[in-house]
Amino acid sequence: MFDTLSDRLQEALGDVRSRGKLTEDDVNKAMRQVRLALLEADVNFKVVKEFTAAVRARALGAEVLESLNPGQQVVKIVSDELTQLMGGSGRDLVFARGGPTVILMAGLQGSGKTTACGKLARHLREEKSLDVAVAACDLQRPAAVDQLVKVGSQAGAAVYEQGTSRSPVDVAEWALGQAKADRRDVLIIDTAGRLHVDEALMSELSEVKKRTKPHNVLLVVDAMTGQDAVNVAEAFAGATAFDGAVLSKLDGDARGGAALSVKALTGKPILYASTGEKLDAFERFHPDRMAQRILGMGDVMTLIEKAESKMDERQAAELERKIKKNQFTLDDFLDQLKQVRSMGPLQGLLKMIPGVGQQLGGLQVDDRELDRLQAIITSMTPEERANPKIIDGSRRRRIARGSGTSVQAVSQLVKQFAQMQKMMRQLAKGQMPDLQGLAGGR
Amino acid sequence: MREWSELFVTGREAPAAEDGENGGDERKRGFFGRLRENMTKTRQALGAELQATMFERLDDEAFERLEEALIYADVGARTTASIVERLESEAGSGALETGEDLTRRLRELLAETATVDNDTIDLRHSPAVILVVGVNGTGKTTSIGKIAWHLQRELGLSVLLGAGDTFRAAAGEQLEVWAERAGCDIVRGAEGSDPASVVFDTVEAGVARGVDVVICDTAGRLHTQQHLMQELAKVRKVIERKIPDAPHETLLTIDATTGQNGLRQAMLFRDVTDVNGIVLTKLDGTAKGGIALAIARELRLPVKLIGIGEGIEDLRPFDPDDFASAILEDDPKDSAAMPDRSREA
Repeated sequence: MFDTLSDRLQEALGDVRSRGKLTEDDVNKAMRQVRLALLEADVNFKVVKEFTAAVRARALGAEVLESLNPGQQVVKIVSDELTQLMGGSGRDLVFARGGPTVILMAGLQGSGKTTACGKLARHLREEKSLDVAVAACDLQRPAAVDQLVKVGSQAGAAVYEQGTSRSPVDVAEWALGQAKADRRDVLIIDTAGRLHVDEALMSELSEVKKRTKPHNVLLVVDAMTGQDAVNVAEAFAGATAFDGAVLSKLDGDARGGAALSVKALTGKPILYASTGEKLDAFERFHPDRMAQRILGMGDVMTLIEKAESKMDERQAAELERKIKKNQFTLDDFLDQLKQVRSMGPLQGLLKMIPGVGQQLGGLQVDDRELDRLQAIITSMTPEERANPKIIDGSRRRRIARGSGTSVQAVSQLVKQFAQMQKMMRQLAKGQMPDLQGLAGGR
Repeated sequence: MREWSELFVTGREAPAAEDGENGGDERKRGFFGRLRENMTKTRQALGAELQATMFERLDDEAFERLEEALIYADVGARTTASIVERLESEAGSGALETGEDLTRRLRELLAETATVDNDTIDLRHSPAVILVVGVNGTGKTTSIGKIAWHLQRELGLSVLLGAGDTFRAAAGEQLEVWAERAGCDIVRGAEGSDPASVVFDTVEAGVARGVDVVICDTAGRLHTQQHLMQELAKVRKVIERKIPDAPHETLLTIDATTGQNGLRQAMLFRDVTDVNGIVLTKLDGTAKGGIALAIARELRLPVKLIGIGEGIEDLRPFDPDDFASAILEDDPKDSAAMPDRSREA
């Protein structure tokens, strides 16, 4: 996500960090790097100027120069300022007391509004057990209504649509009436993508807002947006006075400076982040965690939350017991594999671990490798999974055929698993396992 | 300006425009009116900076503000630095003396940066196969609709579309609407079906029906999603199996509002699918599309087409000089400075 920016800042502050004292030259050098990194991350020019000036002033202050570890201080200042810039603490949606909560979605073409509607609907259903409806008011783009009908029903939301013959304003008003009659908790209104300079469409959006009186107007912003993010955000703020933003396509490698710019220049917080192709790849945006992440400190909180929501406590206790008693089988391994995979793409998970984002560099983690492992294990008989030692040459050939892999791949898995068991025995005895051996097995 | 027949190499005479000379001029005027209108904001943003700074002295402040203007246009830190350094050294050696010199030279340098060899699209194959790829929401489907319309209308070619985006809900329907507007046929598969097989069917149908051009849509994907990128490689391979030297052109759509990530997009899509041209879309907003300059400079990938509006006619061959001029034009109302001044002479 923001890994490249965090790498750059890490690099910029690397030698400051290792040195005891901080000279004015150090600060200037570091700030040049920070400036360049932020510009390349598409943070707005003005924001960059203000940011580096603020950090510089604080870094040159006595509090830093006289402190025992000035390098650490600078990292902390950058982190603090960045967190502040990104929105301080998280803010939530506003919910209506009785009657449907109306959420109006707006944004440029292709920013990901329709997808965000579906994801938000699913999120509110799953996380808050709300009865959600979506209204198809994008009558501009061909087949946008069809798309929302599909995405909405996948999300388990009711879809209100009237085709494309009426005006979006009328459809929105009608949908609100429907939502009230059907006693929905939430109505999410999808609108056509529009350029912020298109006056006719912008006033149409204001009209939709006037008629439906949304409790929340959300601007969907593509994480890859460049300097123009500010013009867009300011224009939409003028027309709709939006309350917050959804940052889309954050699963790419865009450094997402647009998020900083939007917040810094309009004062509107980023509420949600869209992080993948699937409907459940949508989460609350945490400015504080994001700042930590930018600085390469990892996003441990998100990782823990993900693990908690996917792992069953009893299962975990059972697993621990098995490891202690040395009864960990390939079946258990398969369960673990499936649990990890249910948390999302491996690449995304790895990036959340402190330090790993940087080390990963250009390395691609292929989720299909895990598919292969799963295929191999599921091609084994229960006996083989419980006791891999019995897997001889002919069994290996059968498993390879059954899983569509090679005999070498099967052998490798068996060997790795043996090493893993050995490692777990060491762990159970309280020894530090030899991780090198495991890595060398590949 | 660049004509459609200059961009697309067809190996045959362009059909006589049905509406004759004047009609052609009419269209041209319509286009320039549109482009002028669409780029007004662009010029106001960058032009205003330039006017305020460059008509005065050639001092450090002028260069600093020039740098800011380029950064604001999303040209990127590296490309900006290379342009600014070059202008600074020319100013230092006395080659540039006034603010006007600087503006002229900047325009030249921007155009030069945007100019890359192999900026045509070769359609001398039967059928010629064009594959369109890009990140989600960059305007692939829309661009395909517009290209199809122009190829049929401007160059009199028959076009077949392939709905290779089987992933996004209703993407096939969207392309079908464009096919209707453009007046061409379309091959579709079921939603969720294998995109490679839809593309294969399309190319096969294109050969069987003897069409001139086959254009294949693909699902939007982030360049970082390796398995989806591999899927694109497979789509390419399938086309190649049907016609050995196809796809003859792979176009990558880049949203003009994209910042520096556009460079990563271009790099990774190029590595997997041999992209040979960029379609720069959504230039009708306030975004300046400066990332195209960085892509041209660092990856030698030319912009071939620009999207300048919602209408089916709002797609044009890219012209580096027009691009640079329009970006730098000082007064938006001063139409004489636009490249179509000959019309008014």
